Amino acid sequence: MRFQRLLQMRRLATSASASATLMRAPKQTTHHSTMGTSLSVRTMAGSGAAIPELTQITDNVQRGNYATLNDADVAHFEKLLGTNHVLTEDLEGYNICFLKRIRGNSKLVLKPGNTEEVAAIMRYCNERKLAVVPQGGNTGLVGGSVPICDEIVLSLQRLNKVLSVDEVTGIAIVESGCILENFDQRARDVGLTVPLDLGAKASCHIGGNVSTNAGGVRVVRYGNLHGSVLGVEAVLANGQVLDLMSNFKKDNTGYHMKHLFIGSEGTLGVITKLSMLCPHSSKAVNVAFIGLNSFDDVLKTFVSAKRNLGEILSSCELIDERALNTALQQFKFLNAPISGFPFYMLIETSGSNGDHDEEKINQFIGDGMERGEIQDGTVTGDPGKVQEIWKIREMVPLGLIEKSFCFKYDISLPLRDFYSIVDVMRERCGSLATIVCGYGHLGDSNLHLNVSCDEFNDEIYKRVEPFVYEYTSKLKGSISAEHGIGFLKKDYLHYSKNSVAIDWMRDMKKLLDPNGILNPYKVLN
Amino acid sequence: MARVLVGVKRVIDYAVKVRVKPDKTGVVTQGVKHSMNPFDEIAVEEAVKMKEKKLATEVIAVSVGPAQSAEVIRTAMAMGADRGVHVEVPQAEYELLQPIHISKILAKLALDEKADLVILGKQAIDDDANQTAQMTAAVLNWPQGTFCNKIEKTDAGLTITREIDGGLETIKTKIPAVLSADLRLNTPRYATLPNIMKAKKKPLKKVTAKDLGIDTTPRIDIISVEDPPVRQAGATVADVDALVAKLKEGGHI
Repeated sequence: MRFQRLLQMRRLATSASASATLMRAPKQTTHHSTMGTSLSVRTMAGSGAAIPELTQITDNVQRGNYATLNDADVAHFEKLLGTNHVLTEDLEGYNICFLKRIRGNSKLVLKPGNTEEVAAIMRYCNERKLAVVPQGGNTGLVGGSVPICDEIVLSLQRLNKVLSVDEVTGIAIVESGCILENFDQRARDVGLTVPLDLGAKASCHIGGNVSTNAGGVRVVRYGNLHGSVLGVEAVLANGQVLDLMSNFKKDNTGYHMKHLFIGSEGTLGVITKLSMLCPHSSKAVNVAFIGLNSFDDVLKTFVSAKRNLGEILSSCELIDERALNTALQQFKFLNAPISGFPFYMLIETSGSNGDHDEEKINQFIGDGMERGEIQDGTVTGDPGKVQEIWKIREMVPLGLIEKSFCFKYDISLPLRDFYSIVDVMRERCGSLATIVCGYGHLGDSNLHLNVSCDEFNDEIYKRVEPFVYEYTSKLKGSISAEHGIGFLKKDYLHYSKNSVAIDWMRDMKKLLDPNGILNPYKVLN
Repeated sequence: MARVLVGVKRVIDYAVKVRVKPDKTGVVTQGVKHSMNPFDEIAVEEAVKMKEKKLATEVIAVSVGPAQSAEVIRTAMAMGADRGVHVEVPQAEYELLQPIHISKILAKLALDEKADLVILGKQAIDDDANQTAQMTAAVLNWPQGTFCNKIEKTDAGLTITREIDGGLETIKTKIPAVLSADLRLNTPRYATLPNIMKAKKKPLKKVTAKDLGIDTTPRIDIISVEDPPVRQAGATVADVDALVAKLKEGGHI
């Protein structure tokens, strides 16, 4: 922490505007107006210089049959929450999504402070037929947490308390608006850790993570949230509080309804509280960053990692050459340990005995090098170095949207066919694309496929879509591995779920939210 | 062609939160991750670069400290140092060691090893003393170039660009000399796998301060180590009038 400030200075000195442009999305708002179909802008990331055009206009969205907000409604909410927690001005931050792709036109943001207030809001909105969009840290990548038309934004940011962390059982009870990093810090204070880590940890809310079943870089170790979340408390569309909290890992009583709220993206209920099983934080963390000559070697190394590092393996990430080089070009402060290989892997181990783990990872690397699978790389257990190497991985997605237009896909594919889509896509796009690359969570069979071009054009769009979804579907993959469906991918849901499944989803939605006021225009068409 | 001596100190890793011991005798080091002082990494990188450019013949990494200090010497050797010298000092004694002791040890080693150049980090991130390079130069009676931003070989010796308040200063010095590395001198490399393996076979000599004839008797007592004061929590006020009233009440306006 002491040296970090100095390091930051060096970064600023060597990369003039790197930090200032870090979060800036590339130029391309103008495309919206020139594009004919509403479909054509759907899945692309990183649009809009300043403020994008209203999504209702660009995407031709028909407003649902909801009531319109009036002064009496606002007065009601002010009485309920107090004037400080009812916003009617400066709502841009709530209306625009993280990627600056979606812009809603909400006129009202409500900030309840407890479950009862959330329930009272929902009861009122259900009676009045006012549409509501629950919002956490607004870091989603598929437009699931922002209004599309004029839905009321229900911000959970005041429900930010960690209610308890039990050192003995490892179970933490937390309100849904707690920022992931703050939650993790509280857990770490007693030697535990939250079994979820992702790039947006400093602003995303744990409730949003659970609502979207967020993945991240620790799934390979701790599994996904369906396992870690022991219970939830959710407010239904009609204002009823559904208490499904549990303090036990084992609880086979009746239907496991908590799972309905994990990954349903706020369309079935608003999560207000949850209990999470937190594993003990690891005393020893080692990271290896290695270079390999072929995807075949990547797979062999992955198998070897599972076999030799199994119980301590906590991350297994793949970055291809083009993805890494783009990040290195865009962000001069990044310092890659090695260069000149078509594939790179970031392998992390977390365990309880540093010397023991180090011996294992050294053995793993030594064997890999002897067999000629691992070419070169570095391995470190210094926390500062570990962070710097992770930074490289975390900057890869930002590097791709920094200067160009990028089609981004988050797909699950069988490992044998994991990377072939990148080559196939590169061939399909030919000179139309500047970069076609892949990176992602190899350990979870989750590929982030990216197709970059100077600016959007219909020709390349038609080569990419719906091909990418058809290809994924043929391999029985998932068209959205961890980002969810939200607004941007709802037209493609059928590639991963058949019509019987989708019909039942619709029926469930109707049962829990007969008026359809909860997060409309999302997930289902 | 020169022989370069670099100092490498083992410190609590910069990404670790430092905690004061409950009895206030120091900070918690047991079970805490340590690594090479980042400024010393920069010094090692510079020395290794000199060797790659054939400006140096040999790079010797020196660390003064308890048994675990050998780890940072290994790291320096994995980065490219040729051999190491570990001046072992027991933990209890080490806690009271000051830059004056270290500089005497380094000066003695510089003479024993016939070094032409001593490169040190400008300061260590644990005690932030920023004294060792200056004192080492004084003990040796060699010229010093501190806060180096750039080091170039010129006919008569070295041309050094130094970071100073408000800008850069360029000076010339003869060798032998003592230099201290500032943040922007270079970006240290990662130790790569083949070099980590090679480093395990490089020679590491162990000596004590006594062997070198240096008196390390403590010159200080640690009375108390305290946490910095905790920032007080803020409060929200209803409007401007209330803010003004609060400020007046607190005597700020």
